[in-house]
Amino acid sequence: MMAFLKLLARNRLALAGLIVIGMVVVLALITPLLPLADPDVTDTPNRFKPPFSEGAILGTDHLGRDLLSRLMWGTRLSLAMGLAAAIIAATIGSAIGIIAGYYGGRTDNIIMRGVDMLMAFPYILLALAIVAALGPGLMNALIAVAAVNVPFFARNIRGITVGIAHKEFVDAARLAGMRDREIIVAEVLPNVLPVIVIAMSTTVGWMILETAGLSFLGLGSQPPQADLGSMLGEARSALITNPHTSIVPGAMILIIVMAINLLGDGVRDALDPRLKSGALSRPMPATTVDRQGAVPAAKTESLLDIAGLRTEFRVRDRLYKAVSGVDLHVEKGECLGIIGESGSGKSVTALSVMGLVASPPGVITGGAVHFDGKEIIGAPYEVLRSLRGRRVAYIFQDPLATLHPLYKVGDQLIEAIQSHDSVSSADARSRAIGLLKSVRIPNAESRIESYPYEMSGGMRQRVGIAMALANNPDVIIADEPTTALDVTVQAQILSVLSDLRRERGLAIIFITHDFGVVGQLCDRVAVMYAGQIVEEGPTAAVLRNPQHPYTSRLIDCVPTLGGGQRKLSAIPGLPPVVDNLPVGCAFAERCDKAHADCRAGPVELVKTEEARKTRCLFPEVVSERSA
Amino acid sequence: MTGYILKRLVSAIPVLLGISVIVFLIMAMIPGDPATAILGSYATPENVEKLNRDLGLDQGLVPRYFIWLGNMLQGDFGRSFALNRPVLDEVLDRFGATLILAGTSFVLCSVLGIAAGVISAARQYGFADKAITFVVLLGISIPSFFLGMMMILIFAVQLRWFPVSGMWPIYGDRNLWVLMDHLAMPAFALAVVATGVIARLARSAMLEVLRQDFIRTARAKGVHERRVIWRHALRAAMVSIIPILGIQAGFVLSGAVYIEMVFQWPGVGRMLVDAILKRDILLVQGGVVFIAACYVLFNIMVDVAQALLDPRIKT
Repeated sequence: MMAFLKLLARNRLALAGLIVIGMVVVLALITPLLPLADPDVTDTPNRFKPPFSEGAILGTDHLGRDLLSRLMWGTRLSLAMGLAAAIIAATIGSAIGIIAGYYGGRTDNIIMRGVDMLMAFPYILLALAIVAALGPGLMNALIAVAAVNVPFFARNIRGITVGIAHKEFVDAARLAGMRDREIIVAEVLPNVLPVIVIAMSTTVGWMILETAGLSFLGLGSQPPQADLGSMLGEARSALITNPHTSIVPGAMILIIVMAINLLGDGVRDALDPRLKSGALSRPMPATTVDRQGAVPAAKTESLLDIAGLRTEFRVRDRLYKAVSGVDLHVEKGECLGIIGESGSGKSVTALSVMGLVASPPGVITGGAVHFDGKEIIGAPYEVLRSLRGRRVAYIFQDPLATLHPLYKVGDQLIEAIQSHDSVSSADARSRAIGLLKSVRIPNAESRIESYPYEMSGGMRQRVGIAMALANNPDVIIADEPTTALDVTVQAQILSVLSDLRRERGLAIIFITHDFGVVGQLCDRVAVMYAGQIVEEGPTAAVLRNPQHPYTSRLIDCVPTLGGGQRKLSAIPGLPPVVDNLPVGCAFAERCDKAHADCRAGPVELVKTEEARKTRCLFPEVVSERSA
Repeated sequence: MTGYILKRLVSAIPVLLGISVIVFLIMAMIPGDPATAILGSYATPENVEKLNRDLGLDQGLVPRYFIWLGNMLQGDFGRSFALNRPVLDEVLDRFGATLILAGTSFVLCSVLGIAAGVISAARQYGFADKAITFVVLLGISIPSFFLGMMMILIFAVQLRWFPVSGMWPIYGDRNLWVLMDHLAMPAFALAVVATGVIARLARSAMLEVLRQDFIRTARAKGVHERRVIWRHALRAAMVSIIPILGIQAGFVLSGAVYIEMVFQWPGVGRMLVDAILKRDILLVQGGVVFIAACYVLFNIMVDVAQALLDPRIKT
């Protein structure tokens, strides 16, 4: 509760709303005590006095009544009407909702059908029908507004009650012999009450508007008594000659409703947990770049060279260093594997290349990426866009989530082609069919008309690959493309990728957590741990003879067919959380060879053999592994 | 698709019956004797009794309902005593004007609301987002009848851009330009609240969608950001925006009551208010049933639009 109030107070607009509505309510409460003129005494000779005239600060209305006094009394009445309507609607609606939700079954069915019927009416129309039957008048308008809002509460509260009615404590109460009525009052009601109060606070503004609306039409409060709506209604005939009589009550309604809406929004935001985590912010077209220090030069002449890359996630006051100083390169036609556990920073490294890390919260804070000799971190959007898909293409993990669910796969392929190549739709279409054939999709001509949900996981991933190939890129970055697929499909996808690479001279960066896949496809492999590369070298050498303890433990986790003797060993513990990395070796906590020196300071990635590097003070000994 | 439309039409029948029951029950709550209310207090007892018999009021509630329903199905909504003409004729005469007003407003609020929401989401926390959020808050807080009155004051009386009220000029031609001139202010005033509600929802729907993986895929393909927002994201967001459009159509249709009063628009809403004040019960009853039925049909069209947009809804 305190945290909630604090959140609310942090929202300055909500606080302003609270202050304004608080002042209005206080003024309305003390109205009878203020030295105001009688709001209903007419004084026709003094009618339509302008504001700031003597004896009437806001002027007088068409019958010479003091506008300030009428405004105060009218506000009092409007607030009371709105609040009363909200309380009545909330009480009746919640009762209906709780009964429907608690008893379920046929009771629920019948009640909710009725509620649906009421909701089938255009809103105000139902209120009009009720007033028509009961006759115009303050109480009848109140009843009408309350009645049309009952379904809203019934529906919301029912939904929440259904959730509670099946909780353990309700079952326990039932077993303890409590009767349904007792359970509803003692167990269910306390749990739905906060929701009822919140729903009420967000709708009271509406209720004030609606009661004022009915009064405006002449169906609510009857003269001489006036609420804000009927004041506005009476003033309408003098709108053009004496606009102040209309503006005064209208502006008051606006102020009240706006303050309530601001407060309601603040309450909702404070209660919505998604806003707390910042998850509702949208990723920008390209990752934010905020580099401190000099931009490093390319370390190699390779097609793609990543040097000293640092990418962080800034969530509220926390800093997650997802990638902290990664150097990588890939040659033309080469396949580089990046391997590591989830959260090791391999995907973030790959996404940073084309600025695809979600931002906010992602920020690239250091390093450089040279593609074909040109630095592309922080390049203008249009430069990045023209490289994306055309020269560097991506294949993502879960093809159901990564393909647009509402477009045919053919259209998505055609779009990929036409984003970089201004060809006619017919040409693009025949190229799309060709692409589907190249990834061995049968019946490509008819499959092009399919939606993603109509395809199997393997077929969808082939579409993902075809899309990556659409513009004959130089590099394909495949981010766990086979993880969501079963083993046979995985093998097929790998062979498609392997063939394409040979035929087209593609460079592939293949991200995975599976050494089996790496061994099958990759020339070189880089092992990542806690945002850093811990070992890098030719695949065969690394697999045969891992130098970093983490690599060797990772290989030990892979079961081999016919290798029944060997003990399968999981790595104890979890990878460190990257918002609080140790000074020394990040793996030290889980390493059985860890030494005091390991924790003393940063460990460098050093060259150990030709083309091999390891970030370890005590590399594994060669002879240990022969199998 | 035809099958789906038929299915939805059939499922509307119980809803329509439910509506008729609700309206009938509300009208049955009327205190006193309807025939006296119709004929006035000077009517002779014989005449009251005769009218009661004619209206079927001497029978029980259930037979009365079925007589009323049967008559309605044959196009007989009864007779307005105040206007002395068949209810259906009067409603149909007035409905055209309401449809023009509410329809224009609906198009306005859909287009403006969605555009504002999309821009707001695309520029989240930027100046455009903050400006739109503020205007939207103002829009959903201002009573439409007050807004309409202020618009008359500013744009009709002060600036003389638009006529003060009415649908047609008293003298002169009746053509599309004249109509649009008269329509501009009321249609806008009616659209403002719904625009705000739609904009808010569209913004959050877009923010939700923009975080999805397929947006990243589109960007990774090199699709231009404008297209990512207005095609990929909006198309997916429409799935949650369209139901709200249906609800807002109801608000616009019934909110027309206020606007018709303020702008002297000769529509069903004004007719209803007049009828309520004159206790012309049959006219209210017929008008309410008619509009509610139109709204139900409109919601079927919304469902069909939804099914056309989302291929995953099985037809």
